[in-house]
Order: sequence, then C-alpha cells, then structure tokens
Amino acid sequence: MKLVAWISLAGILLAGTAAAQTKIARTPDGKPDLNGIWQAMGSAHWNLEPHNAAAGPVIEMGALGAIPGGLGVVEGGRIPYTPEAAKQRAENNAKWLELDPLVKCYLPGVPRATYLPHPFQIVQEPNTLLMTYEFAGADRIVYMNRPGSAAQVDSWMGYNLGRWEGDTLVIDVTGQMPETWLDSSGNFHGPGLKVQERYTPAGINILMYEATITDADVFTRPWKISMPLYRRLDRNMQLLDFKCVEFVEELLYGKYRKAQ
Amino acid sequence: MRTVLAIGVIAALGVGVAQAAEPAKPAAKKYVAPRTESGQPDLRGVWNYGSDTPFERPAQFKDREFLTPEEAATISKQIRDRSAQIEAGDGGTPIDPTGGYNQFWMDYFGQGANLRTSLVIDPPDGRLPPVQPGVKVENGGLGPDTNGVRPVRFRVGGVRKDGPEDRGLSERCLMGYSSGPPFVPSLYNNIVQIFQTRTHAVILTEMIHDARIVPLDGRAAIDPRLTQWSGDSRGRWEGDTLVVETRNFTDKTTSFRGAGTGQDLHLTERFTRVGPNRVDYQFTIDDPTTYTKPFTALIPMVRAEGDLYEYACHEGNYGLSNILSGARQDERDAAAKQGDSPK
Repeated sequence: MKLVAWISLAGILLAGTAAAQTKIARTPDGKPDLNGIWQAMGSAHWNLEPHNAAAGPVIEMGALGAIPGGLGVVEGGRIPYTPEAAKQRAENNAKWLELDPLVKCYLPGVPRATYLPHPFQIVQEPNTLLMTYEFAGADRIVYMNRPGSAAQVDSWMGYNLGRWEGDTLVIDVTGQMPETWLDSSGNFHGPGLKVQERYTPAGINILMYEATITDADVFTRPWKISMPLYRRLDRNMQLLDFKCVEFVEELLYGKYRKAQ
Repeated sequence: MRTVLAIGVIAALGVGVAQAAEPAKPAAKKYVAPRTESGQPDLRGVWNYGSDTPFERPAQFKDREFLTPEEAATISKQIRDRSAQIEAGDGGTPIDPTGGYNQFWMDYFGQGANLRTSLVIDPPDGRLPPVQPGVKVENGGLGPDTNGVRPVRFRVGGVRKDGPEDRGLSERCLMGYSSGPPFVPSLYNNIVQIFQTRTHAVILTEMIHDARIVPLDGRAAIDPRLTQWSGDSRGRWEGDTLVVETRNFTDKTTSFRGAGTGQDLHLTERFTRVGPNRVDYQFTIDDPTTYTKPFTALIPMVRAEGDLYEYACHEGNYGLSNILSGARQDERDAAAKQGDSPK
C-alpha cells in the first residue's frame, strides 16, 4: 500500500516536471506559437558532418577567421553520397571559395538558411507563415492550407507547404534551385532535392529542428540532420540589414572596373 | 526601369486615370474590416498597388480633384488603345527602342479604380512641393547615362559604366525600382504581401524580396547611428488604420524619387481596409532637408489573385556584368581603332 502510494506520488511529480518542461506558447487556436526570432548555434553551417577546427582561408583574419570544430548534426554521422556525388563533394570542398554560392551572397536555400550564423524570424498566421532570414534578406512563404499543390516555378527558397502534426510544424520544401549548397564544406544536392523540415517546440525558447533530405541522384537514401534552434532573447531583438549584395560587388564585378 | 517607363507612358498620353470599378462616392454605410484572431483589422494578403492615375496632377485638370466616371472611362480607354497601338507597331519607342517592354509586362491599367486626377492628395494642387535650394535631384532613367557623380541614389540607369557603383540601385539589385518605401505604382510587379500577428506586421514587397518588419509592441526606436536600406519601422493601430512610421534611412537612397537623400526622411504610412478587396495605402513624406513641405499620396490597393513570387535579382544579375564588361570592350575597340594597343 505504502509502496504504491510512493510510486503514484513519484509518477505525479515526474508528470508535473515533464509538463513544466514542455510548456509552450500557443496561438488562440491552440497551435504552437512559433512567432519570434530564432537562431541555430554550433558550426553546422561550416560542415554538417563531424569536423575538426581548422585555419580559415584568409591569412589576415588569423584566429578570428578560423573555423571551429563540430560534433556533426547528421544522423549516423555521414552523408550517404553516391560514389559519383562523393567526388563532386570533394571537388566542391577543394574549391570552396570559388564555388560556394553564399560567398556570392546568393539566397541560401533550405535547409542551409536555418543554421546560418544569423537570426531568422517566424511570422505565424493561421494559414500562412513568413520565415524571413537576416542573411541576404531571404524569405519563404509557407502555405498551411494547400496540401498537394506543386511549385509553379523553381526558386532559391523553394515552394513551402506546411501542416501541423500534433505540436510539430512540418514543412515540405520542393522546387528549389539546384545551385544552393548545404554548408560551407561543399555538401550539395541536385535538382531533385526534397526537404522535409520538422519544427517541434521543446519549451518557450527552444525549437527542435529536423530536416530529412532526399535526392536520389545524389544520395543513396534519405538522410536526416537535427539541432536545436534558440530564441534570441536580446532586449528589443530585431533583424537588421544584411544586404550582402553590396559587400560582394568588388568580388563579382571588380574585374570589370575601368582601369585607373 | 518601369518607374521611368510608367512616367514616360503617362506623360506621352497626357493623362492617365483608372477606370471606375469601385468609384469613390460618399459612403452609404461604413465598411467594417474583418478581424484577425487577435482582434486587429485584417490587412493580410497579397495586394496590387498598380495604378494608371498619374502621380502628380496633369496641368489640364488645374484644381479639379476628381474626374467624372465618364471621363475616367474615356481616359482609361485611350490609355489601353494607345498601349495596344504600341503593341501592334514595330515595338520600339524612344525610351525602349527594342520594344522589350511590350503588353506582356503591363500590369497597371486601372488597378486602383480611382477617380482622382492624381495620387498626390496633399498639397491640394496634387503636385509635389519644391525641393529645398541646393538639393541634388537626379532621376536616372532608361536613356543615356547622366554623367552625374557618385553615390548614385536613383534606381534605374546610371551615371557612367566605370564600376558597379556607377549604376542605379535596382541595376545592382540593391533596391527595387518601385518598391520603396514608400512603394509607388509602376508598369508591373506592383505586388506587396502584408502579414500580421498580434505583435508584428510585415510588409513584403515582391521586388528584391524586401520584408520590412514592423513591431507593433511600442518598443523604442533603434540607435540613431543604425541605418537600414528600407529604414526602421514602428507601427501602431489608430482606430482601424495601421500607422507605420519609418526613420533611420541610409544616405544611400534618395528621400523620394530623385531628390536628396533619405538620411532625414520621416515616412508615415497608413494602411486602411476599406472594402473586401481593397486597402487604401496613404503615405506622407516629411523631410525638411529635402522638401520645402511635407506631401501625401493615396494609392488604392486591390487584392491580387495569386501568390507573391520570389524575385531573386542578384542571383541572375548578368546585366550588370554585361554592362561593365561591354563598356570595357568598347574601350578596347576604340583604342584599337586609334592604333593604340589596349591596356
């Protein structure tokens, strides 16, 4: 009798703790409220796979430009490239600065936009979400009420169809341009890319993020990355301009300048 | 490009006024906007701010503020007929010699359904006030380069072709040619999507995918040393009108059109849902450094069918490379002609 009571009490306490941990913000219609400014931490943007710290490519930047190590965010640790694609990835890595589209301030695509070292903001309406990213002012409109529709045209940030699975926001992203990459180490995809993202609140200030990446021309099977996203709690936090087009004009057009 | 074209087309036609689909009459019954889940007037959706009403009132209308519906219909037909004539001809016009901008692009006829003789409603003469003495006014355009000085703050055309900084902001994919802020009608792509939550509004213009995020929570302005290409906006509800005040513009854009810089610009925009498919967009430019008086324009926006699409300008900006490399080739050719060896 006594033992049973203890077990029940422990159960109540545990349940209480769990409920407190998963208290999340909700909209008036009871859905999770994802409004706010979020950002990934860590070094997935450098390399999704496990990687050691390394010197950066710009000598003058010294320690400030060095690349931090990372435990990796790929389930199973390794991206399952086809043999041919693995060669391409190695070449991308060897010619990183020449080939990485983000060096040129191109729109980052999905999922790379999510884990760049820049904040992004979710603006959540019942039928439409806007995800707006500081990097290059990239935007995605997520349609919550058109299941089964298809992209009418390819775009850098894709065609985004959202739905709720319990408290998880699921977004299927198709119609992305083949030119985007997945990180700064040459991980890439082809025109057949499909991304399924899952955003699950794990408290008021944490979103657990997962993305399943499918592209049969490049990968032998679908594979998954996961990481937490954190709410930016800075006072009066807001996104600021990062209109990087202006910062890459010398890089892209300097060779066409009139000789002085 | 199209701002200039629009001005050109309307100037060529002498007048330009929308057809009267939703004529402005004394309202019999006050329209009450539907509410969002947080109780705000619902401005959500994709809106088209295109219009064939001239921005400033053509001289012939003097102090007349409104046309009759019959006059509006006649003028609208003239615009369409003239446009069709251009289409049926060999396509070239002085400002668009290749005829590249044919009917396919035109998306402004009568969108706003407006009987006004100008979009400017204040000053009452429908004309922009004079700029302050000594203020630089440079409009750029599709014609020859202006040979002006850097920084180039206008959007279309350029001053020279020596480097990217000699070109207008829209050729560099930095700012859309008509997307403001404030946004003003041009030939096409007059598309904006408004998002709303309890604490924020977002004004997303299709041109250059610029999302202007407007906190509605009464927070303080950002530090005056911070400047933003589209300014820094704060919003509030005044009755059923969303009022957005924007400051902290850079000195890299003009105050309005070709005049001055945005540094001291104080922009006030008012968004009011006035019908199931219409939002009135009113903006006031208050910039005593650039203009001798504030002025206000009213642009009716109609609900757009379809989505706002991604306008990825920079990613495909072959134009800027070609303009600059073409100019270098011209220089080499000219040098070769003179018997010099190219540098």
